[in-house]
Amino acid sequence: MTSAAPMNPVAVSLDGRAVVGDLRLDVALTVEPGELVAVVGPNGAGKSTLLRLLAGLVALDAGSLALGGHIVDDGTARGRIPPHERRVGWVPQERLLFDHLTVAANVGFSPEATPARVDSLLDALDLRHLADHRPAECSGGQAQRVAVARALAAEPDLLLLDEPSTALDAESRQRIHALLGDRDHQPATLLVTHDPVEVAGLADRVAEMTAGRIISTPPT
Amino acid sequence: MTRPPNAPRSVLVVAALAVAFLTLPVLALLQRAPWSGLVDLLRRREVVEALGVSLLVSLTAAGIVLVLGTPLAWVLARVDVPFRRLVRALVVLPMVLPPVVGGTALLFALGRRGLVGQWLERWFDVTLPFTTAGAVVAATFVALPFYVVTVEGALRTTGDHLEQLASTLGASPLTVLRRVTLPRLVPAMGAGLALAWARALGEFGATITFAGNLPGRTRTLPLATFQALESDPEAAIALSLVLLAVSLAVLLPTRDRWLPTR
Repeated sequence: MTSAAPMNPVAVSLDGRAVVGDLRLDVALTVEPGELVAVVGPNGAGKSTLLRLLAGLVALDAGSLALGGHIVDDGTARGRIPPHERRVGWVPQERLLFDHLTVAANVGFSPEATPARVDSLLDALDLRHLADHRPAECSGGQAQRVAVARALAAEPDLLLLDEPSTALDAESRQRIHALLGDRDHQPATLLVTHDPVEVAGLADRVAEMTAGRIISTPPT
Repeated sequence: MTRPPNAPRSVLVVAALAVAFLTLPVLALLQRAPWSGLVDLLRRREVVEALGVSLLVSLTAAGIVLVLGTPLAWVLARVDVPFRRLVRALVVLPMVLPPVVGGTALLFALGRRGLVGQWLERWFDVTLPFTTAGAVVAATFVALPFYVVTVEGALRTTGDHLEQLASTLGASPLTVLRRVTLPRLVPAMGAGLALAWARALGEFGATITFAGNLPGRTRTLPLATFQALESDPEAAIALSLVLLAVSLAVLLPTRDRWLPTR
């Protein structure tokens, strides 16, 4: 696969004063292009909140979030960079496809998605035969592959995957793992997962999160 | 129809009575219809004229409802506006307000000496009461809430998850609106528009109060029906049949939404 823009390491920094609702976040993490960091930890540790915060879908109530060296959220409405200007891709747990568009149009939704990029992703994730179909005709596994392809087509600097292969059949899981395992030309990626096999097979590093803090990122 | 074993007979009887109550007036209208002379009645100048005024007024009102109502519904559903509950109550008010009161209020607002009307006349030489434009204003006033409530409800039901996701793909808010929100909203917009148009077509009280009952200008089908009832009952029935036919034509395409089928 080809990538349009040269990619840089993405530094994620939430100072210890960063607060969302009841959760205080303390995170300092740098992810290299092509690197996949698995974020693990107990339920309620703030893993999904962290991803939504990075994507700009939830706002800090206090403190600040720096992404790639720039403050993207300083706890005020005025100091918040909106999601569409962050170059952060997000694949949520739940099935979220544009059901009024075809599979190909879903993958090519982003203004950044080039036809060549869409084509190569449709092939890589074995979605070519579904290109002109509606998402309603896709199985759960196919739908999640469309979601991953759509996020990658947007050429994000940072890709956020929130348990993307939970509740998938074995074949779909394998295809997503194969794509994510081929790290050439892939963006810096944070993968929230509870699956030890996924951690062992895909992660370059593991970041353990407890009560809003990333307490260790030992190399695997 | 299969009766579930736990359906009490008394409930079924009352339900059947309710259906009879709703259907009886329509049946009576059909029974009294002068079928043999119907075509001649419908060709009469006053009937054709009233139909023309009604279509012009209701379709123009529907267009204004679409243009004003879509942004309003979106703001009510998606934007954290101050005093939202109060704003929504004001928007819904014409639905529960007696139309005559609405017409009177319009007269004091947009009449020649009204709050805004005096300036409309002085600055722009625009007079609304007792004109076709006034009938459009009255119809829009009563119809707009039906559209806004329908579209706002649909926006709330679908949530904003897909819109959020679209924004993470680099789509600006306007692009999200154009490529995600509006295309997904089309069925609800169609249903809301059908309801609003039907309401505008049947409008009587606000129209007669604010726009009067002037043949060829503000005398719509309901006003012509009311007028004919005193002098020419057969014509009144013919006019009622036209309104009934149009109402059914509006209701049938939206039956999946308003007449849910299993």
